[in-house]
Amino acid sequence: MSAAIVGVAYNRQERRNIRQNIAEMVYEVTTQALADAGLEIRDIDNVVTVSNDFWDGRTISSMAVQDACGSYEKNISTVEGDGTFGAFYGLSRILSGEYQTTLVVAHSKGSESDMSLVTNGMFDQFYVRPLGVDNLISAALQARIYMDTFGVSEEDLALVSVKNHGNALKNPKAQIAKSITVKDVMASRKLADPLKLYDVSPISDGAAAIILASEDFMRRNPQKFRPVFIRGAAFCADAYDLGLRDLARAPALKKAAERAFQMANIRSVEEIDLAELYDAFTYMELMWYEGLGFCPEGKGAEFLKSGATQIDGKLPVNASGGVLSAHTVVAAGLIRIIEACLQIRGEAGEHQVKKEVRNAIAHGINGPCGQSHCVFVLSKEA
Amino acid sequence: MITEENKQGLFFMHSGDASQPYRYTVGTWGSKFLTELRDHKQFYGIRCPKCKKVYVPVRQVCGPCFTEMTELVPVSAEGKIVSYTILRFQFLDPETGERKPIPYGYGIFRLDGADTNFQHFIAVPEDESRLFIGARVRAVFREERRGSLRDILHFELVAD
Repeated sequence: MSAAIVGVAYNRQERRNIRQNIAEMVYEVTTQALADAGLEIRDIDNVVTVSNDFWDGRTISSMAVQDACGSYEKNISTVEGDGTFGAFYGLSRILSGEYQTTLVVAHSKGSESDMSLVTNGMFDQFYVRPLGVDNLISAALQARIYMDTFGVSEEDLALVSVKNHGNALKNPKAQIAKSITVKDVMASRKLADPLKLYDVSPISDGAAAIILASEDFMRRNPQKFRPVFIRGAAFCADAYDLGLRDLARAPALKKAAERAFQMANIRSVEEIDLAELYDAFTYMELMWYEGLGFCPEGKGAEFLKSGATQIDGKLPVNASGGVLSAHTVVAAGLIRIIEACLQIRGEAGEHQVKKEVRNAIAHGINGPCGQSHCVFVLSKEA
Repeated sequence: MITEENKQGLFFMHSGDASQPYRYTVGTWGSKFLTELRDHKQFYGIRCPKCKKVYVPVRQVCGPCFTEMTELVPVSAEGKIVSYTILRFQFLDPETGERKPIPYGYGIFRLDGADTNFQHFIAVPEDESRLFIGARVRAVFREERRGSLRDILHFELVAD
C-alpha cells in the first residue's frame, strides 16, 4: 500500500443543524480538512462525495455540494453508501497511480426527513417495503436472533450504551453524551422489543472529510504532513434480503476483516491498539467484536465485560462515543476513520487514549442489519 | 406562522405535498407468486436446480449459484417464527400514509417447505410471552385480495 490520510475534519454532530444547509456543512469540513493537511484546493486533483439521494431529497445530490467541496472542473463522483466505502473508492483512485490527492467528503441531514420512511426505502419494494419495515424494526429482529442464539441479555446490550455514551462526554463533537447506568438503559422508552431508546443511535446532522495522498505526492511536497497510513482496506457484502441471511452472525465482516488484516500483515488482534466501529445499535458493537475476531463467536458480551474495550482497556472501542452518540448516516463511517486517525496522531483531545496507538481499525456498514462491511487498518508507520 | 427559526432569521422550505409515485414491474416470477396468493391463498417458492434451495418469496436468480431458477414449488402457509419484534411506537404506514396502531408485531418466518425466511406482520396475542422464536404460525388472508403482499393480513400463532 502506498497511500496515507493527510487531512481530516468533521463538524459537531447535532440533532438539527438549523444554521447550515448541506453545502455549508460540506464547505466547513472541506476547508478544515485542507487546513489540517496544510493544502489548498488546487492541490486536490479529484473528489469523491458520499451522500444518499433519499436522505437529501434530491437526485445527483453530489451536485448540491459541487462548489462547497471545490470540485469545479475536477473529476468528481459519488458513492451512495457509507463514508468508509467512499474512502475505499478514493483509495483505489490513488492506488491506480492516476491521482495524487483525493478529497472524500460525506454529508447527511437526518433532521430534514422521516427516518422511518427513508430507511423503509432501502428494502425490496414488492415483499418487504409494503410492510413498513425500517432500520429500527430490522435491527430489532436481528438483535433478538443474536440474543437468542448466544444467550445474550438486554442488560448485556445496555453495557455498550453505558460505555459509549460515557465516552462521548469527553468528545465535544458527539451529540448524545451522558453518564448512565444499565438501569437507566433498561428503563428507557421501549421502541421495538428488545431495543429501547438508549440502545438506538440518534438522528443526526453532520459532515466529514478526509484527504488521501499518494506517497509520491508527500515526497514531492515540502509540507510537514502528519500522515496516517492505510495498510489494509477491504469490503464485503452479505445477501441483501434479510430472509437469506444468518442474522446472528456477520460473515461479511469476517471476510472483510480477514482480507484487510492480511493486507496489513496483522497476524493477531494483539497488534491492534484501538477500534472505531459502526455501532448503530448496542447489539451491533458486540456482533462486530466477533466478526472482527476480537473474541470468539457469541462471546462479545463477555469480551466487553472483561473491560478490554473500555477507553483504558487493551483494545478501546469507540473512545469517541461511537455511532450510538451521533449517527450521521453515510458520514458516520468516515468519522470512524477520522477518529482512528486522530488517535494515531495523538490529537483526539480529551478522549485520547493513554497508550500509544500504532494500529487502529475503522469500520463502516451499509445496508440493513450490517449487510456490507468495510474495514480499514490505519497505522502510524507505512 | 412565525417559527422560532424565523425569529433567528433562518428559514426552511417544505418539499410540498406532491408525491412521487412509481409503477414497479413485479416481473414474471413475482407476478405468479402474487397471483397464487390472491386466487388460491397458496404460497409458492422457487427451487434452484443446483443447490436445491427453495426461495420464498420467489426470484429469478439464486445468488450464491448465479443460476436461473424456473421450478415453482408449493410451500405451506404455516411455519415457525425465526425472529419477531413488537413495535411500541407509531410510525407512518408507507402504503396508507396513516400511523400504525401500537403495539403491533413484525416477524421473520420460515414457512414449511422453504429454505429462506419470509417477513410479515405477526398478530400480538394478549399474553405477549406466547410469542417466541420457534413458535408455530400461519398466514391469515384478507377477504378481498388484489395481488399484493398485503393480501396477507398478518401471521398468527397456531393454537396448540
